[in-house]
Amino acid sequence: MSKQLLLGAEAVAQGAIDAGISGVYAYPGTPSTEITAYIQLSEEGKAGKIRSTWSANEKTAYEAALGMSYAGKRALVCMKHVGLNVAADAFINSAITGVNGGMVVTVADDPSMHSSQNEQDTRVYGKFAMVPVCEPANQQELYNSIFYAFNLSEEIKLPVIVRITTRLSHSRSGVQQVEKQTAQNELSPEVDGKKFVLLPGIARKRYDNLVNIQPNLENFSEKSPLNKLIEGGSNNVGVIAFGIAYNYTMEVREKYNLDFSVLKIGQYPLPRKMINDFFDANKQILIAEEGYPVYEELMRGYFNNNKIKGRLDNTLPRTGELDVDSIAKALGVELEESTAVPSIVAMRPPALCKGCGHQDVFQAMNMVLNETSKHVFSDIGCYTLGALPPYNAISSCVDMGASVTMAKGASDAGLRPAVAVIGDSTFTHSGITGLLDAVNDKSPLTLIISDNDTTAMTGGQDSSGTGKIGQICMGIGVEKEHIRMIVPLKNNLEENVKIMKEEFEYEGVSVIIANRECIQTAIKKRRVK
Amino acid sequence: MQKNIIIAGVGGQGILSIAAIIDWAALEMGLNIKQAEVHGMSQRGGAVQSHLRISDQEIFSDLIPLNGADIIISVEPMEALRYLPFLSKEGQVVTATDEFKNIGNYPHSEGLITEIKKIKNHVLVDIKTITCEIGNHKAGNILMLGASAPYLGIDVELLKRGIRTLFERKGEEIVNSNIKAFEKGMEISSAIKQ
Repeated sequence: MSKQLLLGAEAVAQGAIDAGISGVYAYPGTPSTEITAYIQLSEEGKAGKIRSTWSANEKTAYEAALGMSYAGKRALVCMKHVGLNVAADAFINSAITGVNGGMVVTVADDPSMHSSQNEQDTRVYGKFAMVPVCEPANQQELYNSIFYAFNLSEEIKLPVIVRITTRLSHSRSGVQQVEKQTAQNELSPEVDGKKFVLLPGIARKRYDNLVNIQPNLENFSEKSPLNKLIEGGSNNVGVIAFGIAYNYTMEVREKYNLDFSVLKIGQYPLPRKMINDFFDANKQILIAEEGYPVYEELMRGYFNNNKIKGRLDNTLPRTGELDVDSIAKALGVELEESTAVPSIVAMRPPALCKGCGHQDVFQAMNMVLNETSKHVFSDIGCYTLGALPPYNAISSCVDMGASVTMAKGASDAGLRPAVAVIGDSTFTHSGITGLLDAVNDKSPLTLIISDNDTTAMTGGQDSSGTGKIGQICMGIGVEKEHIRMIVPLKNNLEENVKIMKEEFEYEGVSVIIANRECIQTAIKKRRVK
Repeated sequence: MQKNIIIAGVGGQGILSIAAIIDWAALEMGLNIKQAEVHGMSQRGGAVQSHLRISDQEIFSDLIPLNGADIIISVEPMEALRYLPFLSKEGQVVTATDEFKNIGNYPHSEGLITEIKKIKNHVLVDIKTITCEIGNHKAGNILMLGASAPYLGIDVELLKRGIRTLFERKGEEIVNSNIKAFEKGMEISSAIKQ
């Protein structure tokens, strides 16, 4: 088979297909979305041999994958970094229970926050849960590491994390596939009747098991294909390059003809012996990590080992993505000055599409709310762009579902009107339970669900509440006459303003469902026709 | 052989099809490729770029270093300027002059053109006029690819085959108008090169 040009995300997907998964579970999130999308469009996905539809959120995805593993089959679960916060309860405890069929957790981090609210580092979660983390440096290694991670998971009976970052996920390169796919596992449910029952008495034993297995995990790292030494001729400085930082380090080494040694790290827990040897062999150590200075902090220690340079002493920038230039500079290379961006160049931030229904929602809302007393709690999706001019319509975007519950809290404090704006997919992801709280507490608030029948920001994936949003609200107890349906169109502006005004004034829980199809999915559908 | 290419534009302008054709041709030539793309939020009308690296050696970094790009291909004039820190001193800029104004503070045209003309090696292409002549207003990307072709170090016939492969399912007429756009672009650059 010839090489295929694959995005890193697609390499994960193809690797998982070839490694014999029976299901992939995920909620869309940049930069992880393309993994599941690729599997859905694959032959195996379309034929239903691999189960691949979208989950309501990362927690439901994680738990379903764990169930598939319990049943003896291989499962892949993927998410963006903040998605693991949502799935964290299941994730941390699945390290205590352990797994049956192989379970790989692919988490895509977003250093420099290209499409995210923070740049949290999933390797911290790996340490926290005490499970192995693989961090491949390029697309081929990523493809290979998915096989490796599934085999490792079945051998040690733990979930294994494969950590990728935006740059690897969204970059294409040639990937050589295996000739023959691994067959899917047969159904073989867990035989240990206790292992998954985390009653304190059992949990203590399971936790002991997890603690005791740690030296073994370190042994796997010592002989991992993802960890290797590239020996140089000089021992003035050695670079420990983690994950994708290896690429930048190697390019600096070649470009500037430098002869330092490199210890490539792509699997955790750290291979202690390799690290010790490398420390002894080099006078100074530069630690290049893509993300938080997790292992720099560990190696530097509380007493600040001054042999170590890295992000914590600003040899490398403390935040953001690394690149060839930052590593070259850290190694003392004098960089040639580059041309500046001419001052005439203006910023071009993303914006809502022409004809988008969210615009009409914001227009109507802005006409009702007084500029000076406008506090609108919002959420994560395309409509977050409502924070920018010309709308300046929203006052918050914190985490998935927070619009509803923050509006509730503010309402409890006496804020009127307490208005929240959320999308349909974010509402079913994490907004429903918050609305239930508001209903039970009778907290006066108005929730506008700007419903475009899709998960738009990530490219138009199916939204789990499509066609059911009104019923869901009714089902959790919002009064029928305060569930208002509007169509966000210019022609309906006057009527929509009137409805919003009425509901903002209502001293109870009200929901306005502003439903109009996403303009992008509408265009896509027309093209297909 | 090594070429570092930055392709620039605004989300939705389809810069990735330019990349896809160069990729296809480079794969046929047995070269290594790395192509970093922008997905997610910026695709909604924001500034987007792709770093495309081609080499007969192993490519390590997915990103091009500062001063490292041999060519910037831009389908929009202001976007061409945004990536100048990446352009090597002898690098080539091939940019459309067609402005995409989706922001309130978009600069004046003369100012932009003045800045572009300060770049040592530049080619300006008026997409709208030429694609009108050809009768395919969607062929702007391929026109830009054609204008860049003399600087890519890639077999022109392979690029044309790449265009055929990409547009095949849209019918012969679309294929031909895109090939015409490609050739028109090549003419513009070849005239300047001489």
